[in-house]
Parts: sequence; structure tokens; C-alpha cells
Amino acid sequence: MEPMAIVSIFVLAVFVGFEVVSKVSSTLHTPLMSGANAIHGVILVGAIIVADHSSTNLELGLSVAAIILATINMVGGFVVTDRMLEMFKGNKK
Amino acid sequence: MSRTVYDLIGLAAGVAFILALKGLSHPKTARRGNLIGAFGATLATLVVFFYANPGTSLPLNNLGWILGAMLIGLVIGVPAARKVQMTQMPQLVALFNGVGGGAAALVAIVEYLHLGTEATTAEVIFTVFTVIVGCVSFSGSIITFLKLQELMTTRPVIFPAGRFIIAATLASVIGVGGWVVTALGTTPLLILAGLSLLFGILFVLPVGGADVPIVISLLNAFTGLTVAASGYVLDSVLLIIAGTLVGASGTILTRLMAEAMGRSLFGTLFGAFTAKPQDASDSGEERPVRSGSPDDVAILLNYARRVVIVPGFGLAVAQAQHTVRELADMMIAKGIDVAYGIHPVAGRMPGHMNVLLAEANVPYEQLAEMDEVNPTFGQTDVAIVIGANDVVNPAAQTSPGCPIYGMPILEVNQAANIIFLKRSMRPGFAGIENELLYDPKTMLLFGDAKASLTKVVSALKAL
Repeated sequence: MEPMAIVSIFVLAVFVGFEVVSKVSSTLHTPLMSGANAIHGVILVGAIIVADHSSTNLELGLSVAAIILATINMVGGFVVTDRMLEMFKGNKK
Repeated sequence: MSRTVYDLIGLAAGVAFILALKGLSHPKTARRGNLIGAFGATLATLVVFFYANPGTSLPLNNLGWILGAMLIGLVIGVPAARKVQMTQMPQLVALFNGVGGGAAALVAIVEYLHLGTEATTAEVIFTVFTVIVGCVSFSGSIITFLKLQELMTTRPVIFPAGRFIIAATLASVIGVGGWVVTALGTTPLLILAGLSLLFGILFVLPVGGADVPIVISLLNAFTGLTVAASGYVLDSVLLIIAGTLVGASGTILTRLMAEAMGRSLFGTLFGAFTAKPQDASDSGEERPVRSGSPDDVAILLNYARRVVIVPGFGLAVAQAQHTVRELADMMIAKGIDVAYGIHPVAGRMPGHMNVLLAEANVPYEQLAEMDEVNPTFGQTDVAIVIGANDVVNPAAQTSPGCPIYGMPILEVNQAANIIFLKRSMRPGFAGIENELLYDPKTMLLFGDAKASLTKVVSALKAL
């Protein structure tokens, strides 16, 4: 891909990232951190791509480890965040 | 599936992540936000199975291995997330973050092995970045886990010439990184990974227990950036967007958390090296404290007009959330004005206490944030501090040398009477003596928080 396109995507995403969380109350710091943590579990996509084109046993072994770790990160992250937020339910004013 | 469709679905997942973070920033939309994020991640993962890179064909190679590994990840991750006690959740988040960083580093290493000498310089630079930061995030998160789980000391670990060793490790990480970029080779890359793991350990060891959440948030942002860098190497716009979003929002969140604790980020990371040692003189002597019985506490509460409950991590450890709610309900029935004073960092992480009390169905309206409750302590008859210490320690306002100096506190010292429920005279998580325990208007009730509260409840019933 064009280097300028990548730089543009990166810079715009930085600003979006800053903007969306700038006014969060401290009550939600923990779930927000946990949710953001789950989102970077999407590295699972990268792990599957490298597993697909692994040609040696070493590459495949490391990719399999990466897939396991990334799945734990992604799935575990979303489940634990949901558990936290479930408890806020029903206490709304 | 064509590349255009594949990229469009990736873009949709990226938008889902933006909406997820936006939703998570507001109490009403938080849960929906998280579900949107999970939807985006699922979509992004599924679509990979239906797109073949030029020169390859579907189904993906090694499909059995891929599905098997995902299944193992599910079998480990889901039960861990479902069964963890809410008190231990911060360290689970730290672990999840660490494995994410480890995964990013592994992906970078595999791609490096795969590309061999075909890799462009830019790709190698991004690979080196991912390996360094991913490994730091992995080993650093393991140390934060050990600290929060109290498997190791929660105090800052400082070793002789510590800052020089850390600086030297960082310098060699950068040096070897440069070596990988110029020389290319598997051995330098593995040395780089090893040194980065070491640096992650050394970097987190000097951080004090109370500051660990800030470090977890910082490492979370780091992992985000490694995912973005992997996205460049793997030519995936989705990974670039998702990683950058987490990196940017994680950085802001780290700063917000540090602000809530009255700490600068620099002070958090390197404070242990510059802080003056505390006076050793006041640790040895036994000073008189006033301890009371559950009946004394019940009488004090019975004749109060306004009571503020200050819950801390000790309350959660004793699983006393339900008992404290019972006590609060009973006082409210007697016409006493009751509020919970919640410090932003009560518990182990910002917002942790709100999660714990919500678990015990404490009505949201009774939870008062620090800024609301502090001006009312002057009209408060009794402040009950349950398993909290550092967040009410006046040393944060009065003694410039102490590690928590400058942290905003709940000013319970303004209340007419203070009751501390404590297991022992042991100092809090930050390891600092609390002068308030020796104040003449303070009464201490020793014992397990749940057992003590149960006794107070029955004593209050009898009155």
C-alpha cells in the first residue's frame, strides 16, 4: 500500500482514538481499559495470516502459539469486560 | 472473495471498534459498546477464512492447526474470564494484555522468518519495533500480574545501580535492534526478543503496587501500537486502524488515570529512584490507638445523622459488599443519611470499587464520587472506613516526601468521628503509615471486615 495512505490512516486513527475517550468518567476507566485490551486481540487476524503461509515447522509452531495467545486475549477480554458491565446494569437512575 | 470486499469488511470492523470505544466511554452505552467491539472482532476473524492471498488458494493452509489453536485459546480464555473473582480482575486484564503483546511479537517473528531476505527495510524496522514492544508488554504484564496477585512484593523493587542497569539494557535493546535492521538474521532477532523481555521485567519492577494499574494501561497502549505495526508488515488496514485506536486511546486513558491518582506518568515509572527514603524512626515504636467493640460502633452509628461509608479493597477481599449494604439499608431505615464515598482509585484500579459495589446491588445513587463527598465531611457525624487506607491517608496532603504525596484523598479527617475496620495495623498497599489511625477521634475495629460488619449489624438491630 502507498506509504502516504498508511501515514494518513495512522494519523487520523490517532486523533479518533484521542477523541473518543477524552471525556470518560473514572467509574468507567477499568471497563474501558479492558475493552480496549480486547480490541487489540484482533492481532488474531495477523496470527491466522502468518499461520496460513507458514512453510517450516518452526514457523507453524510459533504461529500456533500466537493464535492461542491472541484468542485468549480477544475472547477473554470481551467476556470479562461484559461481566464487569453487566453489574452496572439495573443500577441506572 | 475479492480484495475489495475483504477490505470493506475490514473497514466495517474498524468502524465497529471506534463505536465500541465511544460506547465504552458512557455508562449507559458501555455494555452495548463492548458487544459492538466483540462483533467487529468476530467479523474480522471470520472473513480471513474466506480470502485467499494472490498465489494461494482456499481453504487456508494449516487450517486444522489454526482451528485447533483457536479452540485451545477459547477453552483457556472463556472460563478464566467467566470464573475470575471481581477482586482479581485487574490482574486478569494484565494477563490478557500480556498474551496479546506476546502474540504480536510472535507474529512479527514468524513473518520475519517467512520473508527472509525479501523483506524491505521498512518492514524490518516495523518488525523490530513489534518484537521489542511486544516482548516488553508481555514480560512487563507478567510482573504486574505477580504484583497484583501478591505473589511478589508490592513495594518498588530497587536494586543497586538499578537505573544504570535499566539504561544499559535499553541501550543494548536499541543497539541489537539496529543490528537486526542492518545485518538481518534469525539469531540477532532472538537475542533482541530476549533482551526486550528482560527490559520489560526491569522496567516494571521499580513501580510501586498502587501505581501498577497505570503501568497496565500504558502496556495496553504499547500492545496496541505493536498491532498497528504488524498491520503494516502484513498489509492489513484493519490491524493498523485497530492497533492505532488502542494505542491512542490507551495513552489518553493512562494520562487520565495518572491524573485521578495525582501522579505524573514520569513519577510513576521512575519515582522509586528519586523518592527520598521514608523516616525509619516512626516504624519501630508502638503508639497507642483507640480500639472499640462492635457495640461501640453500633451506638455511634445509631445516634448519627449522616454517615459516609468509605469502602476499600479490604472490603472486597473479605467479600463484605453484601453485609455493608445490609448495614447501610438498616441505617437508612432509621432515617440516617447514608452515602458511599468512592475514591477514583479505590480497589486496585480506577473504577474497580464501582464494579464491586454494583455486584452487591448497591444503588447507583448512593455512590458519591470524591468531588461530591469531600465538601460534606464537615457535616458528617461518622465516617466508616472499611478496608481502605491509602485513599484516606492525610500524608498525601501533608508530607511531601511520601510516595502518594499529591494524590487527592477522601478527607475523612474532617468528619466528627472516624471508624476504621481493619485486619491489623499493617499499612496499606502503598506501604505507608497512616497518621489518622492514631487520631483521638478515630476508633478501630479489628478483624475480618465481613465478621466485624455482621457483628455491628446485629448490635445495631438490638438497639
